Amino acid sequence: MSSIENPAPRKSLWLKHKIFETNSIILVIGVLLVISVGGLVEIAPLFYLRNTIEKVEGMRPYTPLELAGRAIYVREGCYNCHSQMIRPLRDEIERYGPYSLAAESMYDKPFQWGSKRTGPDLSRVGGKYSDEWQLGHLNQPRALVPQSIMPGYPFLAKTELHFGDIADHLRANRGGGVPYTDAMIAQAASDLEAQATPDHPRAAELEARYPKVQIRDFDGDPKRITEADALIAYLQVLGTLVDFKLYDTKANIR
Amino acid sequence: MAATGYPIRRATTGEMGGLVLAAGCVLPLIIIAALTPDPAYAFHVSLAAVASLVAVFLIGNRCFSPAPSPAPQEIDGKPNYNMDPVKFATVAAMVWGIAGFTVGLIIALQLAFPDLNFDLPWTNFGRMRPLHTSAVIFAFGGNVLIGTSFYVVQRTSRARLAGDIAPWFVILGYNFFIVLAGTGYLLGITQGKEYAEPEWYADLWLTIVWVVYLLVFLATLAKRKEPHIYVANWFYLGFILTIAVLHIGNNLALPVSILSPKSYVIWSGVQDAMFQWWYGHNAVGFFLTAGFLAIMYYFVPKRAGRPVYSYRLSIIHFWALIFLYIWAGPHHLHYTALPDWAQTLGMTFSIMLWMPSWGGMINGLMTLSGAWDKLRTDPVLRMMVVSLAFYGMSTFEGPLMSIKAVNSLSHYTDWTIGHVHSGALGWVAYISFGAIYCLVPWLWNRRELYSLKLVNWHFWISTLGIVFYISAMWVSGIMQGLMWRAYTSLGFLEYSFIETVAAMKPYYVIRALGGGLFLTGALIMAFNLWMTVRHGTVDAPSDDHALQPQLVPAQ
Amino acid sequence: MNKHHDPASEFDAATGQSTTGHEWDGIRELNTPLPRWWLGIFYATIIWSLGYWVIYPAWPLLTDATKGVIGYASRQEIEDDLAIMRKDRAALASGLADASLEQIKADPALFRVAMAQGKAAFGDNCAACHGVGGSGGKGYPNLNDDEWLWGGSLAAIQTTLQHGIRVAGNNDTRVSQMPAFGRDGMLKKDEISAVANHVRELAGLSTQPKADLALGRKLFAENCAACHGPAGKGNQELGAPNLTDAISLYGMDLASVTETITNSRNGVMPAWGQRLDPTTIKALTVYVHSLGGGQ
Ligand code: HEC
Ligand code: HEC
Ligand code: HEC
Ligand code: HEM
Ligand code: HEM
Ligand SMILES: [Ca+2]
Ligand SMILES: [Ca+2]
Ligand SMILES: [Cu+2]
Repeated sequence: MSSIENPAPRKSLWLKHKIFETNSIILVIGVLLVISVGGLVEIAPLFYLRNTIEKVEGMRPYTPLELAGRAIYVREGCYNCHSQMIRPLRDEIERYGPYSLAAESMYDKPFQWGSKRTGPDLSRVGGKYSDEWQLGHLNQPRALVPQSIMPGYPFLAKTELHFGDIADHLRANRGGGVPYTDAMIAQAASDLEAQATPDHPRAAELEARYPKVQIRDFDGDPKRITEADALIAYLQVLGTLVDFKLYDTKANIR
Repeated sequence: MAATGYPIRRATTGEMGGLVLAAGCVLPLIIIAALTPDPAYAFHVSLAAVASLVAVFLIGNRCFSPAPSPAPQEIDGKPNYNMDPVKFATVAAMVWGIAGFTVGLIIALQLAFPDLNFDLPWTNFGRMRPLHTSAVIFAFGGNVLIGTSFYVVQRTSRARLAGDIAPWFVILGYNFFIVLAGTGYLLGITQGKEYAEPEWYADLWLTIVWVVYLLVFLATLAKRKEPHIYVANWFYLGFILTIAVLHIGNNLALPVSILSPKSYVIWSGVQDAMFQWWYGHNAVGFFLTAGFLAIMYYFVPKRAGRPVYSYRLSIIHFWALIFLYIWAGPHHLHYTALPDWAQTLGMTFSIMLWMPSWGGMINGLMTLSGAWDKLRTDPVLRMMVVSLAFYGMSTFEGPLMSIKAVNSLSHYTDWTIGHVHSGALGWVAYISFGAIYCLVPWLWNRRELYSLKLVNWHFWISTLGIVFYISAMWVSGIMQGLMWRAYTSLGFLEYSFIETVAAMKPYYVIRALGGGLFLTGALIMAFNLWMTVRHGTVDAPSDDHALQPQLVPAQ
Repeated sequence: MNKHHDPASEFDAATGQSTTGHEWDGIRELNTPLPRWWLGIFYATIIWSLGYWVIYPAWPLLTDATKGVIGYASRQEIEDDLAIMRKDRAALASGLADASLEQIKADPALFRVAMAQGKAAFGDNCAACHGVGGSGGKGYPNLNDDEWLWGGSLAAIQTTLQHGIRVAGNNDTRVSQMPAFGRDGMLKKDEISAVANHVRELAGLSTQPKADLALGRKLFAENCAACHGPAGKGNQELGAPNLTDAISLYGMDLASVTETITNSRNGVMPAWGQRLDPTTIKALTVYVHSLGGGQ
């Protein structure tokens, strides 16, 4: 049988692999070492490189009502169809507005950039439509946009928002680095009511804590605070915080 | 112990420990369920309380069973394999698989006919889609992986599965996690991170289950009678270890309170995005790739009756694969607010990943050299070979889509969905089907499958389904990408977004048709397996199921 | 030759390779060397990556990442792209930015560009409310007809687009609020019914037999004429619609009219001045104006 090609000499490097095949602990250690490198090199620098998050004016944490709305956005899985990340590509900028900055999602837990655009990008939808349109669209998308394939969410406007533990939500966010102050946490429930109730006596306080906050009844029923109030408040703030007039594009090229 | 007159024996350490832990959980769980204001969470905690009670009952019941305990490691000098957990996982995989494909079909139909969302919370697309992805990947795929790993590690180590009740804890605990995850999505409990949607308490539970899984696997390897660890077990181990690391890293979150199902991940924004796709991409790399390659390394040579093509290739592609995969995550974040340097790394490592991925395909396909003729007669083998071809195809397409210029077109479109399903249907599901077709007669001691003809039908119907599915998605995806960026001759956007939505419709219908065919195939399979177990000829228990490789000793 | 081999290794006739000598549950492994082409492509991808890292930003360091020798940055690339786009557009119709609306309307070349740009912007911003062809829907006016709430001249349309209608926080927005006569207790139920019937009478539609049209006429003159005019012909200064024609925003059936009078509507049209650049607004103005009925 001398026709065998490639005899493996005894000193062959291949034999060195024996150590992994005969000792499961060494195999475990080998695997752990090998899989650690990539993650460390790619993730750790995002926490210490200063230019990862741009310097911008206007970002603030979500108001309690917006935060509650965001929870509904997550709960209903809107991110399965909608991105919140405009890429620096010409057509996207023309369609949706300036490309999204890392700073714009710096208080987002979890981030909702999305990976599929069955529906349009929503990162700058704030102010694009009226509250009535948003409500009508959530209730029955095809009544307003006949070709739409978005599901209807009529139940949102029928369901009261539960916000008994809203302060705990702010606190959990603060645990992860969102700069909510003690006052914001203490006043969370009252701030939430103030935002959804026109002419609320505490509106001024709310405005002081959260600049640019939009205070009004969002769902056409000023007597109740519903899940639709919260979700629409969230949609209406998307993309409205960063002041692009003060944003220095050149300084943030990285 | 017989002194009392009861047929009770002394409980093993595992049984005692399990009993105490399970019993200890019941009261705290009941208290939490009573206190929480969230009905969906109360439902989950009550489920956990019931599960603990059932565990107490099951373990208690075992103590009355006449079987010797702990079970002997060997009987008549042969390893006394523990195959019952494997059987359970096989059945669970089939059941979850059909459920997951059905939900896939429903959401496919919802995109074509949106009225099928029924305007209800628990039936809308946004909640059903994660149900689909988790059901097929974690419920179907996960049970296949855990089941086959328990099978393969025993047989290639010639040792009984380690642990007394630990293997059962892994299988049942894992499936309990699946129930929490799936019912949670429908009730609106989700973390909103793709492929990691379960909330903090389910994540914690999975962590415990997974660590026990790792321990059972390692302890079985430690008991092995073979001097070397077989290549399939390297891949299983890589999969189990890495998934543990990924799961813990990506799910670090602060719960709102112990009475609330909601939590907030500790990272935010761009860092969270990087963590998420470090996890998400490697869920593909280690769950859907490394784990299923392990399956391939056992079942393909076994069924073909041929030696693995190249030991050396398996070494190189194993280490290269697990090293390179980890880096590729940023290809999900091209042109986002993730810094450019990270995108470059993601792209280049994806390109370098191409050949290591193909190493697995080559090793699988070339194992058939000398046995290609079997493809004509054995549809099970054919299914596995086609799965390798799809694996090769999607791991070629993946690096292609990782190139930034290509990704700027494909990202956010149905092209991604097409890529996913060429991998998911063609590779993951087909290799799983192949493995299950092999396993069922072996586990239930049947001479052969009830009907090879039905396997053939399954093969052709679902292959047609896959072709419909992925070609529709390629066309619609590329069309969608091109329409979004189309400019008129005067230099303005040509199509509004809603026009692109309307253009998708025919492709969504074709995709749903493909999904329907794929599901039909799976139902045929379930019937075939059912008949095999119920009516198949019982085989004499034997150690070698498949043909032995035709080899002559070297001089 | 085979003296280097593991004694247990065997020879496989089908492939001409030897095995490694191990066996697991009947499975053996051949010792086939790495396929040449495979190794070749693998090396090629590695070398390609090395080159790519030199050229593009790639490796994170302590304070920044490597920049790459060509100074590429995706955010620089898009700035350059947008600059080219602006230049191209200026070349196409240098005047769109500077020309007045009337000049655009009069100059076929400018008009063609404005229409193209207007159509593109309309589809992604306005169609959600006003429909794909501008045909409107309940609560959202049809822009194809020659009935205008706030005026159909180029200037009026531009103002409407720029500042919107009833936009909270916009000082120049168009405002006017029809009172909620029922909700705020200004009219009683039967009075509303009378006025509603009168409105239908104005529009030439049938009225209920039992309706007190005389009362309706009187109440209309007292409460509504200030905005809608004595004959119900509307007033574009106030955005008050003409009630005498068949065109209606919220529906002229009795129930809709009653609802309007009871609760009022006060629809909001967003202000686009913040979101779209001035040239786009101009183009949209011309586009909407020429959809039909521009005055
Ligand atoms: C099945 C996919 C799908 C889901 C799930 C979905 N949408 Fe949509 N959405 C669409 C499509 C398609 C459109 C475009 C057509 C339209 O305007 O209805 C759209 C449009 C929108 C728009 C208008 C955007 C614009 O700029 O025109 C908003 C706002 C919106 N969706 C919000 C939501 C919210 C909030 C949720 C979750 C509660 C959600 N969507 C869930 C598919 C979806
Ligand atoms: C959120 C829904 C919405 C969107 C989006 C919207 N509009 Fe409107 N538009 C309205 C409503 C409501 C009115 C009528 C308000 C009223 O009652 O006076 C209106 C009125 C108008 C008018 C005045 C019609 C008249 O008869 O005087 C014009 C012109 C107009 N829209 C053009 C546009 C254009 C152009 C766009 C896109 C850039 C646009 N609209 C986007 C809701 C919208
Ligand atoms: C302060 C001005 C004002 C007064 C007073 C007023 N309206 Fe109006 N009316 C409006 C405006 C503005 C609209 C446009 C709809 C909207 O956006 O609210 C309107 C709309 C309507 C419509 C809906 C038309 C359509 O196209 O669907 C009807 C009907 C109507 N008014 C009837 C009345 C009647 C009857 C009265 C008196 C009882 C009245 N209005 C008093 C300003 C007024
Ligand atoms: C009957 C068979 C199946 C059908 C009809 C089906 C259908 C679908 C549909 C409609 C979507 C959503 C696409 C979108 O959002 O546009 C989807 C997503 C997905 N499916 Fe399936 N599917 C099937 C089988 C599978 C299998 C077997 C797997 C995995 C093993 C799988 C994995 C996935 C994944 C990972 C996604 C998410 C993709 C992404 O986010 O990019 N599917 N499927
Ligand atoms: C070399 C191997 C592979 C590479 C480099 C690769 C690359 C990619 C890329 C670039 C995307 C698109 C990301 C985006 O634009 O959003 C993607 C998505 C995806 N791929 Fe692969 N792929 C590979 C193999 C596979 C295989 C074998 C599977 C098996 C099922 C798979 C499953 C997926 C899934 C599920 C997604 C969707 C993720 C999401 O957005 O939800 N990939 N892959
Ligand atoms: Ca309200
Ligand atoms: Ca999770
Ligand atoms: Cu990936």
